[in-house]
Amino acid sequence: MNASADFILNGSTAQAKSPPMTRLSDVLRGEFGLMGTKSGCDAGDCGACTVLIDGEPSCACLVPVAQAAGARVVTIEGLAAHTAKGEALQQAFLARGAAQCGICTPGMLVSAAALLEAGGVPGESEIADALGGVLCRCTGYRKIIAAVDDAARSATHEAVSPAAGHAIGARIARLDGVPKIDGSEAFGADAIPADALWLRAIRSSFHRASFTFGDLEAYQRAHPGIVRILTATSIPGRNVFGVIPPFADQPVFAEHESRFRGEAIAAIAGERHAVMALDLASFPVTWTELEAVLGMDAALAGTAPQLHAGRPGNILVRGRVSRGDVETALNAADVTVEGSFETGFVEHAYIEPEAGWARRSADGIDLTVSTQSPYMDRDDVAAILGLAPEKIRIIPSACGGGFGSKLDLSVQPFVALAAWLTGRPAAMVYTRQESIMATTKRHPARMHSRMGANRDGRITAMDFEADFNTGAYASFGPTVANRVPVHASGPYVVPNYRALTRAIHTHCVPAGAFRGFGVPQTVIAQEQMIDMLAAKLGLDALDFRILNAQTDLTPTVTGQVMGDGVGIRDCFEALLPHWREARARVGQRNAPSSRLRYGVGVAGMFYGCGNTSLPNPSTIRMGLKSNGRIALHQGAVDIGQGSNTVIAQIAADALGLPLAVIDLVSADTGLTPDCGKTSASRQTFVTGTAAQRAGHDLRRQMLRLGNAGNDARIELDQGRLMIMQQSMIRAINLNGLAIGGFGYVLCAEETFDPPTTALDTNGQGSPYAIYGYGAHLAEVEVDMRLGTVKVLKITAAHDVGRAINPLLVEGQIEGGVAQGIGMALMEEFTPGRGENLHDYLIPTIGDVPPIVSILIERPSSAGPFGAKGIGEQALIPTAPAILNAIHHATGARITQVPATPDRVRAAIARQDLP
Amino acid sequence: MYARPQTLNEAISVMTGGALLVAGGTDVYPAHAGRPVIRDVVDVSAVAEMRTIRETKDHIVLGGALTWSRLIAAPLPPAFDALKQAAREVGSKQIQNRGTLAGNLCNASPAADGIPPLLALDAVIELASRRELRRMPLASFVTGYRRTAIARDEILSAIRVPRQAASGHSAFVKLGARRYLVISILMAAANIELQPDGAIAAARVAIGAASPVAVRLPALEKDLRSLRPGTRPSSIVKPRHLEPLSPIGDVRASAAYRLDAALAIIGEALDRAAGVSPA
Repeated sequence: MNASADFILNGSTAQAKSPPMTRLSDVLRGEFGLMGTKSGCDAGDCGACTVLIDGEPSCACLVPVAQAAGARVVTIEGLAAHTAKGEALQQAFLARGAAQCGICTPGMLVSAAALLEAGGVPGESEIADALGGVLCRCTGYRKIIAAVDDAARSATHEAVSPAAGHAIGARIARLDGVPKIDGSEAFGADAIPADALWLRAIRSSFHRASFTFGDLEAYQRAHPGIVRILTATSIPGRNVFGVIPPFADQPVFAEHESRFRGEAIAAIAGERHAVMALDLASFPVTWTELEAVLGMDAALAGTAPQLHAGRPGNILVRGRVSRGDVETALNAADVTVEGSFETGFVEHAYIEPEAGWARRSADGIDLTVSTQSPYMDRDDVAAILGLAPEKIRIIPSACGGGFGSKLDLSVQPFVALAAWLTGRPAAMVYTRQESIMATTKRHPARMHSRMGANRDGRITAMDFEADFNTGAYASFGPTVANRVPVHASGPYVVPNYRALTRAIHTHCVPAGAFRGFGVPQTVIAQEQMIDMLAAKLGLDALDFRILNAQTDLTPTVTGQVMGDGVGIRDCFEALLPHWREARARVGQRNAPSSRLRYGVGVAGMFYGCGNTSLPNPSTIRMGLKSNGRIALHQGAVDIGQGSNTVIAQIAADALGLPLAVIDLVSADTGLTPDCGKTSASRQTFVTGTAAQRAGHDLRRQMLRLGNAGNDARIELDQGRLMIMQQSMIRAINLNGLAIGGFGYVLCAEETFDPPTTALDTNGQGSPYAIYGYGAHLAEVEVDMRLGTVKVLKITAAHDVGRAINPLLVEGQIEGGVAQGIGMALMEEFTPGRGENLHDYLIPTIGDVPPIVSILIERPSSAGPFGAKGIGEQALIPTAPAILNAIHHATGARITQVPATPDRVRAAIARQDLP
Repeated sequence: MYARPQTLNEAISVMTGGALLVAGGTDVYPAHAGRPVIRDVVDVSAVAEMRTIRETKDHIVLGGALTWSRLIAAPLPPAFDALKQAAREVGSKQIQNRGTLAGNLCNASPAADGIPPLLALDAVIELASRRELRRMPLASFVTGYRRTAIARDEILSAIRVPRQAASGHSAFVKLGARRYLVISILMAAANIELQPDGAIAAARVAIGAASPVAVRLPALEKDLRSLRPGTRPSSIVKPRHLEPLSPIGDVRASAAYRLDAALAIIGEALDRAAGVSPA
């Protein structure tokens, strides 16, 4: 029986022609073009492909299309029409900010619709049970729970549409949100042309191996449908790329020797069905496994194989910040503490695996890809193809989560090369295994710290050393090594300070950027040391932090005095009442003999926005169109964090016009000027400032048309510019004006690069123009017998300078907290083990407790309307706050994360020893 | 070939050696991640008699294509509570709606959540083929790490629970590193039958993920039968009872932790099954 399946798809009869064992998800996408059903893992681990089959939520990736026969299948595209609450859920998700990147949103909505189909108002645990099978990496789930509750109660949501001049501070639903809730958003794998070649990579399964190819031509002849086999020799330009040009060292295809498990040595391009049917184990290559160094000790040993010429000892780079006299101050300190801490590889685990496609343009390549860094992609792809950068156009698709890893190239060189060499469109979608094994991770860190303080409660000295496993290639290893010494003090005044770091090559997957560039690892050491120091002084841990907190006028460890906008003390003080209440409550609740113990911990952080002492300009273009609308060329890629909305809010208020007149032109190297990369918490600050300046300039130009002063009010009304000053009103018909550059009546373009200075040999200088500040309070329950930890509540205070959009700020905080919980309790990747989302665990909806966000607005004169970054800041204090809470509950210090049950239990057992 | 028979007889007739049997698909597809299924397939998901629960004079019979969700929804005696609790912990609602108990047994992962509760129910496996219909205890069916006694042409047609094993109260405890979608670090199932005076008439305890195959703990079961009424069952669980276990260390936990934690979760399962609140 090989019959095709007849079924009811979103209310209409459908007949599938694919072979019966084809995954229903592939049929829905490939045959019916219903791209709202997302493929995140093909293993039932992420739930992104959830559809209803006869009303029951099911992972379409696990269902043979034959099993759909006779069934009613409802996908996100049919949810509004074919479920009771689908539409209410969609509206609630939009209004509540429950969709960030949007890749999990269809699965969440479909699962929630099944829950609400029977009516009634489910409790939080029922909502969690229903949505527990869908992973979200952005939101922290809390707004999703709130949205489902809203929909169950049929709560209505008023659209927030602020008047001119009042966009900033408004809780506006994301402007690019509708496609995320109706399934129409096109992510990297969702708009691939039907005639595209598909690519699959041949990757090393050894940590290190030499290899020789067999007869590739014979292999190609034996497998009809293969159009081209790509190897290092296929590359017309240079076979090397890297996010920091002076350190670029990663080949597109390894030559002769692979340096990590997962490194590509070749790629097969061909007709989709033929390429997908290949068993890659039969590819003609002979491997010879070579001695690999995986740990940092092994890599540093004198006999270790050297990964890169010119990097002796496998040391990629060293970082250093030094101030005062550490040794003398430590010797003189009334009390000192010392500790060693360790963290592992952390996987970004965005639900959208890397994906994209390329096609030849007139004289170059157009590349549609899921990315955080279009201009960097452009320049690297150009070098690989041996073309001028202008010949390459990067069109970012919707990005289903990035968190740092989609700054580096993944599919880009493969698809660009295939399209360039064959003349046909070419596409590639990573499997989940490829995504985990071959793309960058958070650096494992090994840290040692000594701190001293005096009886008056003042920190006097800190000596910090850290090594970071940067894997086989540089990626952002230099950034981590340089950023960490600036931040290892935490947000405190430390007069005598030395921080030394090294990034060390091993035969592991490259470690790169991941939300915080090494700082989240660093605070795991620092904020536990602060607690230890406070305890030794007999001081309350939060009082001690407040006493030592930086102020507007104190120098950082690089000698920088900010002058304004230092809000760390405000953050700590905002937590004080919560801290006192929670500590008192827990003190009463804990009985010495009980199996469940409760603890409360706190941690703080500061984090510099933008590149460390390096230029990172953003350019914003705005144009007044003759139809009376404003084009905002906004090149900051929105990977879910909200730059499409936030930059527009800034632009609107700078113009003095309502948001509704703005037409957004989102990131595309063919359409938008360079806004740099979406990383380092820089877009609201850097691109926001450029938008503010461009808005002001365009406003000035408009006022000039009416010879009006800056206090005039402007309106755009049906192709006319109205300028109102006191009793005077001038109407200017825009249709009558000449069209200038870029096709606009008026056009403004402004660039902003944060004012920073280079660091001297002791790391002294002004590496950032703005820091963000924050502090988290964690309440936990620890099972003393099993070592399991449950986070009960997080209270997060963040100084964001000015909350441009509080709804989106909360979304960043909640998502950051969720990733912090994962880092603290469950996330660790070991190369070669668990390259899937059931062995590599990230928090589910049941693992993220209520989160209370406290927004502090202590403006920075360097930021747009006073605003600072929040993207990375939100994640940084969570893990150490949890670890301090575990210590409070158990008396045990956790010096290695994640604090898995076995590690917590072992730490408690050590504590019990006499 | 892709066959989707409607009856067990039809299924048996097409199940030749070498065909891949598919029910819920929840293990088959992940096992084929990145490579196509090129074998013949026999899909038993439409075999009505395998999707239900029926009762005979001596047995409660769970069909070989019974999904976790259908099990959860079925009215069954308290002895099945442990199995239902395990079902609720399997993956997610999505997995429970498609995945089957029988598939969980055939996949034979050391961490299969369905095995300990069924061991504690003295479950008997029914294997059907053109050659014969044979039955064997679950403990004999799972022969090793991801290995079973099923022959290439056999279908696990039913899981039979003897009525005498279905009379007590039961509980299941799962230990994992997160709330949902989690492979167990350990899990334990206990079934206890109490006499009117509170003495334990029968006790069956099984633990999974602590050895290549989930196992019963006969020495503990024996000691439980001589437990004085009113004594908390967890109080007598001792390391010597864990002799049958040989846990490994893996990405989820160390071997030493598994042994240590096993004592706790076995005790918890026993106390719950005996109706006393966990210590």
